[in-house]
Amino acid sequence: MKKLIFILGFLLYVGSTNAQFKKGSPSSPSLLKGKAVYTQYCLPCHQADGGGVMNMNPPLIETTYVLGDKTQLINILLKGLNKPIVIDGDKYTNPMPAVSHLSDQQISDVLTYVRNSFGNKASAVSAAEVKAVRAKK
Amino acid sequence: MIFDLLYIKKFTSVFKPLYVHLDLNLFEMKKPNYKIFSLIAAVILMSYSFTDRKDDIENAGLTLPAGFSAATISENIGRARHIAINKNGEVYVRLAKLVDGKGTLFLTDDDKDGKFEVKFSFGDFSGTGIYIKNGYLYASSNEEVFRFKLDKEERVIDPNNPEKIITGLIAKNQHETKSLVVDNQDNVYVNIGAYSNSCQVKDRSLESPGMVGCPILDSAGGIWKFKADKLNQSYNNGEHYATGLRNVVGLDWNNATNSLFVMQHGRDNLNSSWPKLYTEKQSADLPAECLYQIKKGDNAGWPYMYYDQIQKKKILAPEYGGDGKKEADSKFINPTVAFPGHMAPNGLLFYTGNQFPEKYKNGAFIAFHGSWNRSPLPQEGYYVAFVPFKDGKPSGDWEVFAKGFAGVEVINSTRQAQHRPCGLAQGPDGSLFVTDDVKGSVYKISYNQ
Repeated sequence: MKKLIFILGFLLYVGSTNAQFKKGSPSSPSLLKGKAVYTQYCLPCHQADGGGVMNMNPPLIETTYVLGDKTQLINILLKGLNKPIVIDGDKYTNPMPAVSHLSDQQISDVLTYVRNSFGNKASAVSAAEVKAVRAKK
Repeated sequence: MIFDLLYIKKFTSVFKPLYVHLDLNLFEMKKPNYKIFSLIAAVILMSYSFTDRKDDIENAGLTLPAGFSAATISENIGRARHIAINKNGEVYVRLAKLVDGKGTLFLTDDDKDGKFEVKFSFGDFSGTGIYIKNGYLYASSNEEVFRFKLDKEERVIDPNNPEKIITGLIAKNQHETKSLVVDNQDNVYVNIGAYSNSCQVKDRSLESPGMVGCPILDSAGGIWKFKADKLNQSYNNGEHYATGLRNVVGLDWNNATNSLFVMQHGRDNLNSSWPKLYTEKQSADLPAECLYQIKKGDNAGWPYMYYDQIQKKKILAPEYGGDGKKEADSKFINPTVAFPGHMAPNGLLFYTGNQFPEKYKNGAFIAFHGSWNRSPLPQEGYYVAFVPFKDGKPSGDWEVFAKGFAGVEVINSTRQAQHRPCGLAQGPDGSLFVTDDVKGSVYKISYNQ
C-alpha cells in the first residue's frame, strides 16, 4: 500500500512538473530518462556536475557545442569526437567515443537533459531530429 | 597593538553576518534564549582563539602528521606542474599553460617574508617536466626537451637561448606531457605516454577489442633514454629504455638503488567499456596505480594487462581476452607498490633530506592529483602519500602524508577540488614543496618537532 501511495505521489509529481513546461519545451519525463542515459554513458567523463575534467574532458556548461547547432551536437554523439577542442581558452584532448548504439529516443533524451541541466537552457532535441541526422550519415 | 587592532577588524568583518543572523533570531524569539545565545558566543570565541595568527589558514588548509607544518609560499601563479629548487632554495615551476607568453617561472623570496614572488619568467613553451642536474636546468614541452645553463648560484644564465637536446616526441592528445629526470651519468629519461586508454581499435569505446601487437608501443607507452649533452636527439638516437607503461607523470631517480622509479597512471573505463565484466565499483577500484622500479628492457605490460591490487595479480586486459580473473603473462614486471585506482600519481620524490624524521629518509613521496574516472562513486586521491623505504625496498605500508588540498571532504565531480597536488621537490633545507595546478599554489611542508 505504501508503495502504491509512493507511486501515485510520484506520478502526481511528474504530472505537475510536466504541466509547468510549455508545448515544445523539454518535458520532464524526457529529462528523467535523459538523466539516466547521462549517468550511464556520459557522467564517467563529463562528471556529475557537467563540469568535465581539466585538460581532458570538456565541460558541458554554457558552451556552443551543447547550446548551438543541434545537428553538430547530434553528430558528436553518433560519430564521436576525436580532435582536441578549446573552450574559454582551455584545451580538452581526450577522444569521445561514438555512442551510436543508443536509440534515437535515448540520444534525444540525453541531449535534451544536457541542454537543460548544469545551468543550461535550450530547446529540446527530438527523436525525429536524431533520426534525420542519423539517416544522412 | 597594531596587530590586535588588525585582528579586531578581521574578527568583526568575519562574524558580521553571524551577528545579523543572531539579531534576527533574538528579535523573533518571544523570550531571548540565553542558552543558545551563550553557546553560539562560546563557539565564536573558541574558533577565534584557534585561528593561527601568522597564517590566514592554519597549515595552508592541509592535515599533516604531528610535528609537520605547511604554508603557501605562492598563489595564483598559473597551472603549476613540476617544480625544481636550486641550492639557494629558489624555485623553478613549469606551467601547463603559458602566462604572459612564458612557460617557466622563477620564484624567489627576496624580502625573506616566506612568500615567494615571480622574479622572472622565461621559455615560450608550456609543459610539465623540469629538473636541475650538474649545472643545467632541464625543461620539457610536450614534444621537446631543452636545457638552460646555470651559473654558480644555479640561476639561468641565458633564459632566451636554451639548447634543444630532444625533439620530435609524439604527443597525440592523450598523455602528452613529457616528464623527465637525469641520472648521475648525464642520461635523461623521458616518459612518452600512450595516446590511448587501452589500445582499443576504437579508443574508449564499448567492447572494442585491443589492436593486435599494439602499434602505439613503437613510439610511446614507455620510457626513452637520451644523452644530456647532445643536441636534437629523437627516436633514432634515443634508447627505448622501458615499455608497457601507459603513462607516467611522476618519476624520480633513486640514488639508494641507483635506478629509475616511475608511477604509472593505470587505465580507465573498465566498466564503461566492459560493463558485462566489471561493475561500477570494480571499475572505480581497479586497476592499481603502480610504482615500478625500472631496469633497462623492462616491460610493465600495458595494454595487455593491468595490476589488480585486491587480488594481488597481474590480470589479462579485457581488450585482449581477459575476464577480470585470467592472469597475464608472467614476463611482465611486478609493481613495487600498488595503490588504489585512478588517483593519478603526478609527482614522485625520493626524500634524501635531513629535516624530516628518520622514517622518511630515502622513502617515496607521491603527489596524487586525484581521480575523475571513479564516477559515479566519489573521487579519491587529491593528497600526498608516503612509502617508507629501507635498503631500496618498501619497509612498510603506504600512508597518506598530506591531505586537504581539495578543500572539501567529498568530491563527486573533479571540478569541486579547489587545489590538486601535482609536482614535488625537496628544498636544500629538506623541506618538501608541492605544486597545485588548479589555482597555482605552491606549498612548503616543514618539520618543526
